[in-house]
Amino acid sequence: MIAGIVALSTLILFAAKAPPMAAFRHLFMGSVGSWLKISQVLMGWIPLTLCACGLVFSFRVGLWNIGVEGQVVAGAITATAILRLGAESSMPGTILVIAFLGGMLGGSLWAALAGFLKVKGGVNEIFGGLGLNFVAQGITLWLIFGPWKRPGVASMSGTELFPPSLWLPTLHTLRLSPVGLALTCAVLIGAAWVLSRTRLGLALKGIGNNPRAAYLHGLKPNRYIIVAMGLAGGCAGLAGTFQVVGVYHRLIPAISSNYGYLALLVVMLANYRIGAAPAIAFFFVCLNVGSIQLPMMLQLDSSLSGIIQGSLVLGALLLYGYRRRRQGGEKV
Amino acid sequence: MRIALQNIRKYYGDVRANDGIHMKIAEGSIHGILGENGAGKSTLMKILAGYVRKSDGTIALNDRPEEYGGPSQATRLGIGMLYQDPLDFPPLTVLENFMVGRCGGVLAKEALHRRQLLEMARALGFRLNPDGRVRELTVGERQQLELLRLLALGVEVLILDEPTTGISDVQRRILFKALNKLARQKKTILLVSHKLEDVETLCDRITVLRSGRVAGEMDRPFDTKRLLSWMFGAMPAQPPCSGVEPGSPALVIEGVSGSGGRAGLRPCTLTVRKGEVVGLAGLAGSGQETFLRLAAGLNRPREGTIRIGDEIMTGKDHHAFRARGVSFLPTARLEEGLIPGLTITEHFALAQQQGIKVLWKRAQRTAKERIKRFRILGRPSSKPESLSGGNQQRLLLSLIPEDPLILLLENPTRGLDVESVRWVWEHLMTYVNKGTGIIFSSMELEEIIQVADRVVVFFDGAMVKDVRTCDTDLNALGQAMAGRV
Repeated sequence: MIAGIVALSTLILFAAKAPPMAAFRHLFMGSVGSWLKISQVLMGWIPLTLCACGLVFSFRVGLWNIGVEGQVVAGAITATAILRLGAESSMPGTILVIAFLGGMLGGSLWAALAGFLKVKGGVNEIFGGLGLNFVAQGITLWLIFGPWKRPGVASMSGTELFPPSLWLPTLHTLRLSPVGLALTCAVLIGAAWVLSRTRLGLALKGIGNNPRAAYLHGLKPNRYIIVAMGLAGGCAGLAGTFQVVGVYHRLIPAISSNYGYLALLVVMLANYRIGAAPAIAFFFVCLNVGSIQLPMMLQLDSSLSGIIQGSLVLGALLLYGYRRRRQGGEKV
Repeated sequence: MRIALQNIRKYYGDVRANDGIHMKIAEGSIHGILGENGAGKSTLMKILAGYVRKSDGTIALNDRPEEYGGPSQATRLGIGMLYQDPLDFPPLTVLENFMVGRCGGVLAKEALHRRQLLEMARALGFRLNPDGRVRELTVGERQQLELLRLLALGVEVLILDEPTTGISDVQRRILFKALNKLARQKKTILLVSHKLEDVETLCDRITVLRSGRVAGEMDRPFDTKRLLSWMFGAMPAQPPCSGVEPGSPALVIEGVSGSGGRAGLRPCTLTVRKGEVVGLAGLAGSGQETFLRLAAGLNRPREGTIRIGDEIMTGKDHHAFRARGVSFLPTARLEEGLIPGLTITEHFALAQQQGIKVLWKRAQRTAKERIKRFRILGRPSSKPESLSGGNQQRLLLSLIPEDPLILLLENPTRGLDVESVRWVWEHLMTYVNKGTGIIFSSMELEEIIQVADRVVVFFDGAMVKDVRTCDTDLNALGQAMAGRV
C-alpha cells in the first residue's frame, strides 16, 4: 500500500517535470520538518479526522454523505451564534463547552435533514446533501454580509474576532490546541467502539449491506439511516466548531476549508474503515501543508498536492474494485 | 416463414435447460408451446430470438440453416420476440418508442412514423395515442405497442412469451383477433403459455415441453387430458389422509387483495390452523408470492382483514407480525434473506434485542451451536455469500426464532439437491409437530402433494382451488394451475 502511494506520487511528480526526490524532501520538511510545522499539520488533522469519523458512520449504513461539507458549515454557524451570545459572559469555559455541544447539534440536524429528505421524500442523499451544502454556504455569506457584519464594513474576511477568552487555548509557543487533539482522539476511539462493539454499529453494518434482509431480521432501516446521518453530522459539526473556536476565531466564508470533501477522499482511501483513517488524514494534511513550499522552492504549483490526493484515491478505488471482482467472480 | 429446430441444446453448467429439442413450425400457423416452470420453454424461445446462445443444434429458416449472434441479427432475419416484461422506454412517448431503432439518417421523420403507427394500429384494432407516455399505459397496451414496433421492423416470425398474463379480458380478445389476422397474412406465430385455455383457443398445433425435451405434439382438436399428462408427467405416490386433527386457527385471512407481481392478487380467504401445512401451487407469478408477502405483513393489503389468533393485524408492519410469531423466509436467499458481508456470528448477534453492547461471546456460542445442529458447512466467521445454496437455506432456517406460530416459506427448496430437500422438510416437520402452521409456495407439484395437508392453487392472481391433498390428484391440480377448475 505504502509502496504504491510512493510510486504513484513519484509518477505524478515526473509528469509535472519535478525532481521527485527534491519535491519529496520539500513536502516532508514543509510538513514535519519542525515542531511548528507539525503543530500546523495537526491543526488541520483535527477537523479532517473528525469529518472522517463521521463519514464512516454514514458509509457504514450505505449512504454517500456528500453533504458533510454543509454539516461542517452548519456546526460552525451554530457555534458562532452561541459565542456571539456569550461574548460578554463571565464564564468563557462554559460558553466554549456549550458552543461545542451546539455545533455538534447543528451539524447533526443539518445531516438529519438530508436523511429525512432521503427517507421521507425519496431524495438521493447525494443530491440532498449537495443542495444543503449550497444552502449552508449561502447562509454563511448572508450572515457575514448581513446580520453579523463587522461594525462599519462587511467583508470577505468574515465576522468580527471573538474576544481571546473565547479562543480555544493553545500551547504557549505552538499554535496547537491540546483540547482539540484530545477531543478528536476521544471521538476516534468512541466511533471505533460504537462501530465494532455495539448493537448500533452492527445494525448499521447490516443495513448498509442489505437493507431488505435487515428489515426481515427486525431492524428498521429508515430509523437507522437518520441515526447514522445524525452521528456523521455531529462529528462534522464538531469539526466546524473547532474551525471557529480553534483556528479562525470568527466565521469566515470558507470556514470548512474543504475538509468535508477531503474527508470523503480519506475515508475512501481507508476502504471505509476507521482504523486507517487517522493516518491517511495525517498524510493528506502533510501534503497540503508541505506543498505550500513547492512554489517557492521548485516553481511548482501547490495544487499538485490535490492532484496527488485525488490520484491516490482513484488508484485505491480501482484496486478495491479489482479485488472485489476477483473475489466475487463475475459479480460487479 | 418455415422454422425447423434440430437437436437444440442449452446447458447452464449441469442444468440442461434444453436437451435435444426437435420441432417444426409451419408458415402462417399459430404454434403453442406448453410446459410447466423450468420445462425449457423460455430458453428455447430466447434461443430462437437470438437472445440466448445455444450450446448445440441447428436452426433452419425456410430450409436454410442460419447462425445468428444477437436479437438484432434475428430481427434482421425476420424473427421478433415479445418478452414477458415489455422492453420499452417508459419515460418516452408511444411514438418515440415506436421509432426507436428504426430511424435511418439524421432526421427523425416523425410525421411519417406517426402515420405508419396509426395505420398499423387501426388495421389490428389497437387504440394507441402516439403522444401518450408509455409509463401511463397498461401492460396490454405496452404489448400492443411492442407488437406494432416489431411488425414495422418487418418481422415474419412473432414469438410471444406469456402474453395474456396481467392483461384484461378485452385486451386478450383484441390480441387474439390480431394474432389470427396476422396468421392469415402468412406471419408465423409462436405462443408460449401455461394457460391451457389460451393455447387451445388460439393455436393450430401444440408442442409440450418437459425437462428440456419434447414430451409430445398435437394438432387441433386437442385432448386436454393427454396434454396435461405430458406437462406434468407420471403421478407420484399419494400419501394417505392422516387422522390427525389440526389445532385452532393460527392465521386467518379474509377477503384480502393486494397489488404486486404482474397479476396482483384478487380477494382471497384462507385459514391456517396450528400444525397444518398448506402448499401454494401455481405457475410463477400467479399471485402466490404476493399472498405470502401480504400474510407476512410485508405488503399492505388493499382490502380484507388478517388475523393472528384473535388479534387483527391488518395494516401493521412486518415487525408486528414477527412479534406475534410469524416468520417469513424469502426465496431470494442472498438478496433478501441473508446479509452478504456479515458473518454467521453477526447474523445471530442481530437477533439480540436488548443492551447497548453486542454480546459477542454469546452470539459466537449460538452460531457454533446452530452450525452444528443445522449441519451448516461453514464456520462462525463465514459469510453467507461463500456458502452453497443448501447451506444458505440451512442458515436461514437456523435464524428462525424459537417456536414460531406461523412459517411463511417462499419456494423453500428451490435450487437444493435431493438430500438438502429431504433434510429441510424433516427439520420443518419438527416445528409442525410442535404446533407451528406452515404456508409454503413451491414450483414442484410433487413436493406439495408429498408434504402438504392442503393445497391452494393460484391462477392469474386468484385463489382458484383449496383442497385437502388427499382429496385431489396431480391431474386436477394441473388443470387448476392451467386455469381449468
